Amino acid sequence: MSNSRFTRRGLLKTSAVGTAGLAMPMFFTSQANAFTNEPTGSTVTLGFNVPQSGPYADEGADELRAFQLAVEHLNGEGDGGMLSTFSSKTLDGTGILGKKVQFVTGDTQTKSDAARASAQSMIQKDGAVMISGGSSSGVAVAVQALCQEAGVIFMAGLTHSNDTTGKDKKANGFRHFFNAYMSAAALAPVLAQLYGTDRKVYSLTADYTWGWTQQESIKAATEAMGWTTINDVRTPLAATDFSSYIAPVLNSGADVLVLNHYGGNMVNSLTNAVQFGLRDKQVNGKNFEIVVPLYSELMAKGAGKNIAGIVGSQNWDWKLENEKGARYTGTNAFVQSFGAKYGFPPSQAAQTCYAQTLLYADAVNRGKSFNPCSVVEALEGFEFDGLGNGPTLYRKDDHQCFKDVVVVRGKENPENEFDLVEIVEVTPADKVTYAPDNPMFAGGDLGACNPGA
Amino acid sequence: MDAIILQTLNGLDKGSAYALIALGLTLIFGTLGVVNFAHGALFMLGAFCAVTVSKLFQLSHKASEATGVDFMGQPKFEDVLYVKEWFGNDLGAWLIDWSVPLSILFAIPIMIGIGFIMERGLIKHFYKRPHADQILVTFGLAIVLQEVVKYFYGANPIPTPSPMAFRGSFDFGVMLGFDPNVIIYPYWRMVYFAFSLTLVGGVFAFLQFTTFGMVVRAGMADRETVGLLGINIDKRFTIMFGIAAAVAGLAGVMYTPINSPNYHMGMDFLVLSFVVVVVGGMGSLPGAVLAGFMLGILESFASLNEVKDIIPGIDQIIIYVVAIIILLTRPRGLMGRKGVMEE
Amino acid sequence: MLGLNRRDFAMLLLVAALALFAPFILNPFPTASGLSQFNAGYPDLMQRFVIFGIFAIGFNILFGLTGYLSFGHAAFLGVGSYSAVWMFKLLSMNVLPALVLSVVIAGLFALLIGYVSLRRSGIYFSILTLAFAQMSFNLAYSVLTPITNGETGLQLALDDPRILDAANTAGSVPVTSLFGLEMRSAVTLDLAGWSFTFSVGYYLCALIMLVAFYISVRLFRSPFGMMLRAIKTNQQRVNYTGLNSRPYTLAAFVISGMYAGLAGGLLACMDPLAGADRMQWTASGEVVLMTILGGAGTLIGPVLGAGFIKYFENIFSKINDSILHQWFSFLPDWMENLLVNIFYPFVGKGWHLTLGILFMLVVIFLPGGLVQGGQKIARKLGFGKKSNSDTPAE
Repeated sequence: MSNSRFTRRGLLKTSAVGTAGLAMPMFFTSQANAFTNEPTGSTVTLGFNVPQSGPYADEGADELRAFQLAVEHLNGEGDGGMLSTFSSKTLDGTGILGKKVQFVTGDTQTKSDAARASAQSMIQKDGAVMISGGSSSGVAVAVQALCQEAGVIFMAGLTHSNDTTGKDKKANGFRHFFNAYMSAAALAPVLAQLYGTDRKVYSLTADYTWGWTQQESIKAATEAMGWTTINDVRTPLAATDFSSYIAPVLNSGADVLVLNHYGGNMVNSLTNAVQFGLRDKQVNGKNFEIVVPLYSELMAKGAGKNIAGIVGSQNWDWKLENEKGARYTGTNAFVQSFGAKYGFPPSQAAQTCYAQTLLYADAVNRGKSFNPCSVVEALEGFEFDGLGNGPTLYRKDDHQCFKDVVVVRGKENPENEFDLVEIVEVTPADKVTYAPDNPMFAGGDLGACNPGA
Repeated sequence: MDAIILQTLNGLDKGSAYALIALGLTLIFGTLGVVNFAHGALFMLGAFCAVTVSKLFQLSHKASEATGVDFMGQPKFEDVLYVKEWFGNDLGAWLIDWSVPLSILFAIPIMIGIGFIMERGLIKHFYKRPHADQILVTFGLAIVLQEVVKYFYGANPIPTPSPMAFRGSFDFGVMLGFDPNVIIYPYWRMVYFAFSLTLVGGVFAFLQFTTFGMVVRAGMADRETVGLLGINIDKRFTIMFGIAAAVAGLAGVMYTPINSPNYHMGMDFLVLSFVVVVVGGMGSLPGAVLAGFMLGILESFASLNEVKDIIPGIDQIIIYVVAIIILLTRPRGLMGRKGVMEE
Repeated sequence: MLGLNRRDFAMLLLVAALALFAPFILNPFPTASGLSQFNAGYPDLMQRFVIFGIFAIGFNILFGLTGYLSFGHAAFLGVGSYSAVWMFKLLSMNVLPALVLSVVIAGLFALLIGYVSLRRSGIYFSILTLAFAQMSFNLAYSVLTPITNGETGLQLALDDPRILDAANTAGSVPVTSLFGLEMRSAVTLDLAGWSFTFSVGYYLCALIMLVAFYISVRLFRSPFGMMLRAIKTNQQRVNYTGLNSRPYTLAAFVISGMYAGLAGGLLACMDPLAGADRMQWTASGEVVLMTILGGAGTLIGPVLGAGFIKYFENIFSKINDSILHQWFSFLPDWMENLLVNIFYPFVGKGWHLTLGILFMLVVIFLPGGLVQGGQKIARKLGFGKKSNSDTPAE
């Protein structure tokens, strides 16, 4: 019907008749494509679904910057960033499979409902073949399930819960970011080295699934090296003032406080803990220490001076290649092109989003098809290097990336607002690798890839 | 025993924040009868007054000579702070250190001004409109204020520490004969507690002992009669609105060292402040203050593991449970006046 | 007809026509044009329009008629969603039992909360409902995780029992259906650059919305509705005439809770996931805003308000700076940049700002909500006499 010369009015009338009957099948093209949103023109559309309002809006903005940069590089604009360092060489600046890359953006609001609505609109209205982004695990799991049902690929952004590639894993979903188990496994040896093997832990845990998985992981990892957990207190997600949770800590006999909080929760609980002077105290003859297993650059910025000396883990840091050598090649190339465009270094969320976009594009090129099942096949068991994290494996069993984990500590005297952490140690990938049937990840099923249609 | 003392201290401090916010809200909501959903935004604006002042003190220009290179390999220029240039190193450093308390001086006129503009420009036209319209317009205003702040300051929390002199904590336990470190409490929180008591006392005294306050109280009770006596009650209500905005703003200013402010902190406190005001009883200032302290203390106790073991999740819902119990046993909250917002 | 007077019947027909032709009406711009950004005629958003329309219609039965302002209605929406998803997990992917259960459970929940809350009136009632809803939200997020799956939201899994359905061997989660008619199946009509999608799910929602709308019209016109209005106008006088007003308000509360449960159930039928966010006070506040924005107490207002807010949330939030640049690319560079800089704060990540400004403008200039705006325009154009049945509440 594409050559009809109906006027708009006439069209409305005709179609009204058409709908009323619904008995004229030739009018309708009922999804004749091989898979959802098969790109047929000269372009392909990717959907970047990031928080643009709510507490994580700044993190979302940084993810979006990275996505835009990745699209530029894929289309052959800019300096190419990590395309030149990426171990797979199928990306040559001519888009993906010769199609120019376009993108649409949406606002997740860090709510599962809004994130799914936004992703739906990208799939149904804009014809996106891949959805990426996000900055919380609840959203990642919800959008991942949606993409599985709709038959598009989901390349997760920042999501740290074990569940994303554990009990809620999906065949169409892939996670480059590390997870709570890996944080714990990477931190434990460093903590033992810094604070000794005889420590008593008091932990505060955000009372929802991500918090629980992290607490569980940290507890297991630290107890394995001799620490004891004397108390774990769950705190409401909506809490803003943590004084009543922090006040009893000193008197409990613990000498380490672990804060399993993220975002505003972490900024507030850490600020409160420092206010109470915990860091200046001596307990059991040792200095009292605070550990925040996962924190981002933005959280460090929000916590200001309070982050100084706090140990945590990160997926990546922009100083990695300069400080730890050529194993982390790609880092500088990315930092240079990000810095040239935006004037400051990228965050770990930006890096993971950039890498995910490149990995998707490369998988399409290698499989020579946008079909989600072809992408899944190309990514499963894929080993690569040169994206800034060192040699990395996309494991077939759970679609989780296995790579080195960076252990960081807040700088005492940061030179500027982008240089708030120092790299203490990089824990190699094999130390943080776990079996696919590890009990913390059990209970899920990837299922089969779904091409939709 | 020590846990009880500790959580009481905590509760008093939490409660003082609740009471301050509720006090400002009840001046507008409980007495002028306007459902002000922008009250949280006023609290947030106050906090950002402190942020603005500390940013102003930290305005800087680039040094003329480069020192080292930045992450891009470009020459890097140190920032030179204007305050230090103008006032010398010591005074400059002192100003930056004391920026939060100093911003009170800045926040009072700003917040009163915002209150005036809000009342004259918007709220005035809504006194006689249904509550539903008041909700819609003030909610719209709250979103606008919030988004404007987000546009300039971003969504990330902004650290605004207290002055050096008030960092760290005081050991109460030793004073009371406990071991060291058993009952400690941060200095700044004690300052906040004292500050809110002063502010609450000030507002009460103002309403109780001045002619202005007397007229306003009369106006709350019977606006028409006061008007018929030839008193311009509208003007007084505008001033009351300004005072309420200032109370909310000051609560925000002093709160910044406790928790780093962000653009949506107002919304976080909005629901809570309505609950506090209503539990205290509509139209009663002492009720709002009492309810604030009571809910603060109960919330602190509910966060103890010993309590949570008995009733799982109680710390998540304690405020609401208490609110329901009080509203069901006392029809008009703790000290509510008859006929205010009951229709 | 159908027990309605001519005016109401005409309105019902209008709503039916709007719902039927929504895929066309909401897609006024050709797919390839720059303005297609404003098209809202894709299944997910159309479903949300009508579902939140149902939610707002139900809310209006309580608020518009009795004047009781519930600030916790999202709790019923959430409970409806959870019940529906549990039905999909345990019983069958058929939407019918899921919808029935969600309405029933939401109704029971509303009976419980309403019975307690309606002992108070005015703001005390609002805070009671708010407290119950916030309790539900906080518990669903944390302690009740075994039932609600907490932060992640309750979703389907491959190994769910689904006792009425045949064993699932497909390797993917089954889809919701009505006796085999899949909710997500859709046909697309391509016409001269336009592309219209007709989805089964949307038409099911639209049909249910029409029924819901019809019932609400009947309620508004019934003696029961009259009674509720009397309570709103002067509850004391009603009581003095010897009538007990509580059963009436409670009935209205429960009906309106059932509407919310139905909406929640439908949300889950279209997209089988139930998250705790649906119960948060912001969600309760949203339906209040929808109703007031559209025109509280009017029949069609809440539906308009729901559409208005959902449109901004889903369409304006997706306009980013590169789209703006595309729009203004025909202008000289400096002007293009200037215009982009002017508009950018109001779209994309700034969509909340636009929404806030519009809330204020509407309530300042159209005290009766969007419905009043429509009436003003209609009068300007010379249609219709002054309306008498649709006078805004309060």
